[in-house]
Amino acid sequence: MDIHEYQAKELLAGFGVPVPRGSVAYSPDQAVYVATELGGWHWAVKAQIHAGGRGKAGGIKLCRTYGEVAQAAKEMLGRKLVTHQTGPEGKVVQRLYVEVAEPYEREIYLGFVLDRRAQRIRVVASSQGGMEIEEIAKANPDSLRQVQVEPAVGLQPFQARELAFGLGLNIKQVSRAVTAIMGCYRAFRDLDATMVEINPLVVTKDNRVLALDAKMSFDDNALFRRPKVTEMRDPSQEDPREVQANQHGLNYVGLAGDIGCIINGAGLAMATMDMIKYAGGEPANFLDVGGGASPERVAEAFRLVLSDKNVKAILVNIFAGINRCDWVAQGVVQAARDLKVPLIVRLAGTNVAAGQKIVEESGLPIISANTLAEAAEKAVAAARGKAA
Amino acid sequence: MSILINERTRVIVQGFTGDKATFHATEMIHYGTNVVGGVTPGKGSQKHLDRPVFDTVKDAVAATGAEASLAFVPPPYAADALMEAADAGLRLVCIITDGIPAQDMMRVKRYLMRYPKEKRTMVVGPNCAGIISPGKAMLGIMPGHIYKRGNVGIVSRSGTLGYEAAAQMTALGIGVSTSVGIGGDPINGSSFLDHMALFEQDPETRAVVMIGEIGGSQEAEASQWIKEHMTKPVIGYVAGLTAPKGRRMGHAGAIISAEGDTAAEKAAIMESYGLYVAPSAAELGSTVARALASL
Repeated sequence: MDIHEYQAKELLAGFGVPVPRGSVAYSPDQAVYVATELGGWHWAVKAQIHAGGRGKAGGIKLCRTYGEVAQAAKEMLGRKLVTHQTGPEGKVVQRLYVEVAEPYEREIYLGFVLDRRAQRIRVVASSQGGMEIEEIAKANPDSLRQVQVEPAVGLQPFQARELAFGLGLNIKQVSRAVTAIMGCYRAFRDLDATMVEINPLVVTKDNRVLALDAKMSFDDNALFRRPKVTEMRDPSQEDPREVQANQHGLNYVGLAGDIGCIINGAGLAMATMDMIKYAGGEPANFLDVGGGASPERVAEAFRLVLSDKNVKAILVNIFAGINRCDWVAQGVVQAARDLKVPLIVRLAGTNVAAGQKIVEESGLPIISANTLAEAAEKAVAAARGKAA
Repeated sequence: MSILINERTRVIVQGFTGDKATFHATEMIHYGTNVVGGVTPGKGSQKHLDRPVFDTVKDAVAATGAEASLAFVPPPYAADALMEAADAGLRLVCIITDGIPAQDMMRVKRYLMRYPKEKRTMVVGPNCAGIISPGKAMLGIMPGHIYKRGNVGIVSRSGTLGYEAAAQMTALGIGVSTSVGIGGDPINGSSFLDHMALFEQDPETRAVVMIGEIGGSQEAEASQWIKEHMTKPVIGYVAGLTAPKGRRMGHAGAIISAEGDTAAEKAAIMESYGLYVAPSAAELGSTVARALASL
């Protein structure tokens, strides 16, 4: 789960990470009010969306007067911001963050990730902040400093000091950078984050360090014990179909193709989508109905897939283990009654003969397939037939 | 032979008296698995499915000589259950649970390092379908009847894709020595490589199928090891060619976030290390047949 910059800064500040003073605003008037309350001479007005690359896309404006703050807020609010991370559909700006802008001398990159290979938290820092980490890794790999955290004892101050000195900071700056690094680490650990990124962490003329931007992602599997983080979810930043799927315990990811997929198991779902592509078609979605494909879940899956108007055919591929094919078939037949697009069903596993019999005797124009390859080929043909 | 489990392996079930555990433990017993008891804290000295229930794993080990466990413990308590099993000296724990926080698994993996390698518990899973040595024993939730006993090992991150491979092989008359589900999470108890090494040692296994997916570097690490150490042919497949970057595809670990994470890159790495790569999931069985024909 992702959160907004202002939420990440609020959380990190609670762990002692220094951040510029700022506040959230939902309207131009409110943005001006926030600026007057904050005081100072310059303000940054920042669009709050769940994606990076905002600066280049016009989502961050430096303002010198209240008039400029109002103007920037007016331009951003309600607009779809398209950055290289949002995809062509962009993300709607519904919240702004207004913060005091201060001059700074240096930009540092600071990132915390869950390193799958090492199975530890890894801290990455670079003196070349302000660029994306992928660019830094290409353009200036020697500037990268990394440490791994031993899970039994956690990040130690000496590791943070090594990073800070490695960045070329002076002793005053080092002690403040250590506070920031340790704070980010504790936030990562205590809130079950999967990513914390401060880019840039800036150094001011008077030797302070400040998190100018902040990104945090969280482990969905740990949200049950992080109510404060869970409350920060902003569904307006997510695909509405995925939000709906989540509420029904289904996993859905929308794609650009025209063959809707309803499959049990994430691996089989991906493999079936690949199979459709292999057969010359394009999948419209990833959808895992899970182990217990009950009639209710199957019905909900059909509703979700059909809410995508590009769908020209639906492929159901169930390999029944715990759940039995006859039971799944009943759910499919019920859900398919008023279907307007061709339906291809492939059942395998427990009670497959009984399941196929239910499909055949339903009187519905369901296209049966015995194998994965046959199912994909028939789905591609059916989608083309409809298109022609 | 087979790897990890056989008909003699003494098995306990952690979270024994829960509904799901009861259902699957019954299936396992019917399959012929030597289930000697179970653990549910607070229900010690009761009987369940005609077998004793214990309060702690240590009690269960002392009374039954259990060597392996199947854990059906909800996510908040799963890490604790795994560490308890390791501390009680079990050789193997298979954990089915989906939804365990990644940092909990990180701590579990670190905890296991307390023990010398020869005494260290092997954790299979989480978020997996389990382990089956067809005709001998089953430690998991798979449909046992689709597997035919034989000489090909399977290691898969996905449960249902493992079933798909086994079913295609059965249709071609090819049987399985052991099938292991290592699970779909970003931090697994054991990896492709761990099981590849066991299959290489197993005299009954003649070839191994490795079914990977997007995300992480496990497939690449195993492929390199296979090239350097493995004498048996390995058939590889990677799901997720059509998966978009940065999106989680059902499994917590199935996400393209770094270089080498994509299905195409992984398949190319497998190819470069000399594996038999199945071009699609529909050709898993036929690719195994082709590899076996080369022996």
